[in-house]
Amino acid sequence: MLVNIWMRGGLYILLAIPVLIGVGLYWKAAPLLQHQSLISLLFSSKWFPMKGEFGFLPFIFSSVYVTILAFILSAPLCLFAAIYLTQFGKQRLLNFMLPVIDILAGIPSVVYGVWGVLVIVPLVADKVAPLFGTTSSGYSLLAGGIVLAVMCIPYMLNMLIEVFHTIPVGMKEASLSLGATHWEMVKHVIIRKGFPGIISAFGLGIAKAFGETIAVLMVVGNTMNITLSPLKSGYPLPALIANNYGEMMSIPDYDSALMFAALLLFVVILIINLFFRYFIHKTEKI
Amino acid sequence: MNRLKLIEEWIFKIISFIAAYSVVLILLYLLIVVFKKGISALSWEIVFSMPEGGYYFGGGGGILNAIVGSFYLSIGATVLAVIIGLPAALFINVQLIRLKRTQNTIRFFLDALWGIPSIVYGAFGFAAMLFLGLNASLLAGIITVALLITPILVRAFDEVLKTIPVELQEASFSLGSTRTETALKVLFKQGFAGFITALLLAFGRGIGDAASVLFTAGFTDNIPVTFDEPVATLPLSIFFQLSSPIEEVRQRAYAAAIVLTVIILIISVSARLLSKRYSKNSIK
Amino acid sequence: MKQMAFTYQPNLLSESVTMENQTEVAEMKKDSPIIEIKNLNVKTSEGKILKDINLKIPKNKIVVLLGPSGCGKTTLLKSLNRLTDLYKELKVSGQIIIDGQDIMKAGQNLAVMRQKMGLLSQRPFPLPASIYKNVAYGLKLKGIRSKKLISHSVETNLKRVGLWNEVKDRLKSPVTSLSIGQQQRLCLARGLAVKPAIILADEPTSALDPISTKIIENLFKELKQHYTIILVTHVLRQALRLADHVVFMYYGEIIEQGHPDEILKNPKTAILKKYLVDGN
Repeated sequence: MLVNIWMRGGLYILLAIPVLIGVGLYWKAAPLLQHQSLISLLFSSKWFPMKGEFGFLPFIFSSVYVTILAFILSAPLCLFAAIYLTQFGKQRLLNFMLPVIDILAGIPSVVYGVWGVLVIVPLVADKVAPLFGTTSSGYSLLAGGIVLAVMCIPYMLNMLIEVFHTIPVGMKEASLSLGATHWEMVKHVIIRKGFPGIISAFGLGIAKAFGETIAVLMVVGNTMNITLSPLKSGYPLPALIANNYGEMMSIPDYDSALMFAALLLFVVILIINLFFRYFIHKTEKI
Repeated sequence: MNRLKLIEEWIFKIISFIAAYSVVLILLYLLIVVFKKGISALSWEIVFSMPEGGYYFGGGGGILNAIVGSFYLSIGATVLAVIIGLPAALFINVQLIRLKRTQNTIRFFLDALWGIPSIVYGAFGFAAMLFLGLNASLLAGIITVALLITPILVRAFDEVLKTIPVELQEASFSLGSTRTETALKVLFKQGFAGFITALLLAFGRGIGDAASVLFTAGFTDNIPVTFDEPVATLPLSIFFQLSSPIEEVRQRAYAAAIVLTVIILIISVSARLLSKRYSKNSIK
Repeated sequence: MKQMAFTYQPNLLSESVTMENQTEVAEMKKDSPIIEIKNLNVKTSEGKILKDINLKIPKNKIVVLLGPSGCGKTTLLKSLNRLTDLYKELKVSGQIIIDGQDIMKAGQNLAVMRQKMGLLSQRPFPLPASIYKNVAYGLKLKGIRSKKLISHSVETNLKRVGLWNEVKDRLKSPVTSLSIGQQQRLCLARGLAVKPAIILADEPTSALDPISTKIIENLFKELKQHYTIILVTHVLRQALRLADHVVFMYYGEIIEQGHPDEILKNPKTAILKKYLVDGN
């Protein structure tokens, strides 16, 4: 009987976590929402914590920028790599890659950050910027995007390989036996049948990139900028939260502002996650 | 016509070949760089001694406090996650065995929870900490990390329990066991290896995570003795050392990064070996 | 290795040999086999799936590959149009000569060679597209662009499998709206649309209800006038009903082959005898 209550209790606590997070963050962000409208919070670029003005646009912009950059860099790479590994490559390569991908997905983001500082930041400063005739400290949106892209690779690749493995062999056989070349089969069966799964993997990859903190924080420069140039530095939302926890209690409403940023991340990412997970759950049933 | 087809196929085969191998190369390159850079700075002193005064400004000593702190924190969080998660996973697979729809809905929510970034858990942990009147401490850190890793633990364990045939449970029912007894005896026994794997997975995630403990665990040069003392963690110590302008301190960050990577590698490789050995329906 | 070449020796003393059978024999002797398999071996890292298969398959007949599950009959079938390529763990060696060309050395012509053979699987695998597009798929792969030609072929082939009246109003709807039996017939129509010479059928009725099974079986009987059908089955009655020639396989080897009346009623080997007893 006691065990039963315990089991039930565990599950209820678990299911309560997202609700608690939502409510808790909202509770802390509420004071700010009373002073400033949601529209101005999201679309104003006036960020003067001392004056009590909090416009999140620069941070949202940076977040979206690095996320899109990471997506553009990693998604096609992952898609084709997954196609190669599951369709064209030798079985041995796949057998070798599966555990490697799994393990790399578990490498902490701070390690990816260290790599970014060691490799990507100098690369941007010394090679990429001169190429475009400008200078850059290397701590830039581009560096953030690249590091995020690399972090997303194991995560997305893993999901894509899983998606491609769920496609029945019989369907591939049907396409080939009707005279498709191997690539035509991939195009007509693997990509089309796996389409919901591919989209979901991409979506979940985006969500992951959007919320990633430490690795980005280490390479992105952390200065407010609304710029299209990837060589300039940026200041994504997670970095904002992480960087200012020290001061947040000393300025009025500042803690609320940071909690609002966390709430924003939570809501956006939860929605993306729920949406694409639903997609996956639906396709898994078929 | 046919020629065009063959050219198209050839082009895309090349593209996907290049993509696959660049992925391999990028990931290998990452590991090589981190190891190469750190190995020269790595020493017994760094791993096995406490930081001396002014460590972050080039003082002597090591990061033992952070290594031990990370283990304390992650062990505590894993224990908490097991207390909440283990019964929850069993509940999903025993009491709800006939309610496929409910099961799937729960799994769906847990999967979605898995994707919540750790900085959000960190911010929430901070809010909860204030609400409960706690300070940044080992306890607050443990609670926050536990929130982060419980969904992971549950889903990983659940994936294993899911594969245990229903017939096994039914056989046990017919012998007169109650559902709860069944849960504990049959499922736990059958899924024990899976449970250990899930445990290791969650533990590794707990050790490696930085953003969630940034606000809640504090940072210290000491190893905490009680739950209400602040605690240093390895990822944060890497992060702080790397932010230092002093080259020598930055070198030590690289060394610490190796230590962290090796710990994570050991954990995930052993988790993999375990699940490989025990999983019945693995792909050959 | 014993000679596996299929030459049907009529037993003139036997009363079971009818006039019809005799003309059949004459025809067969005259025609060269459409498929000739020489020393086919299929291996995995764990062992051999097919061991030195030598087999000649006559034109416009139904050849049944019979045997317990796991005996390699499906692998043999899939080797014929090199679908074995999809299974990376398989190593295939030997010769499979179809219309004078070795499919093992087909190279760039593989897709064209495969179009000579239509495939019907254990359960229907419609492509992720509409009913119409499923049938039109092979034609488009052939490079046929004429809408008129394609829709004519779709209609003819759907009529051939008796599906036209059931689906003509919903050609644009997804295949999943059809029953399994209808889907299987659609897959047959899809295969016929590319005008193959051979039909490879891998237990095509095992997932179907008795009525759909009957329809497929009757179709096969009609189709054999124009097509060579290679049918994998483990259902003895089906083999008896349809086969012109039965090849009995066991653990990767051909044990016995011959006319169904002959080998299923008077098995020579102990293995086949046992299989027939257990199977019934």
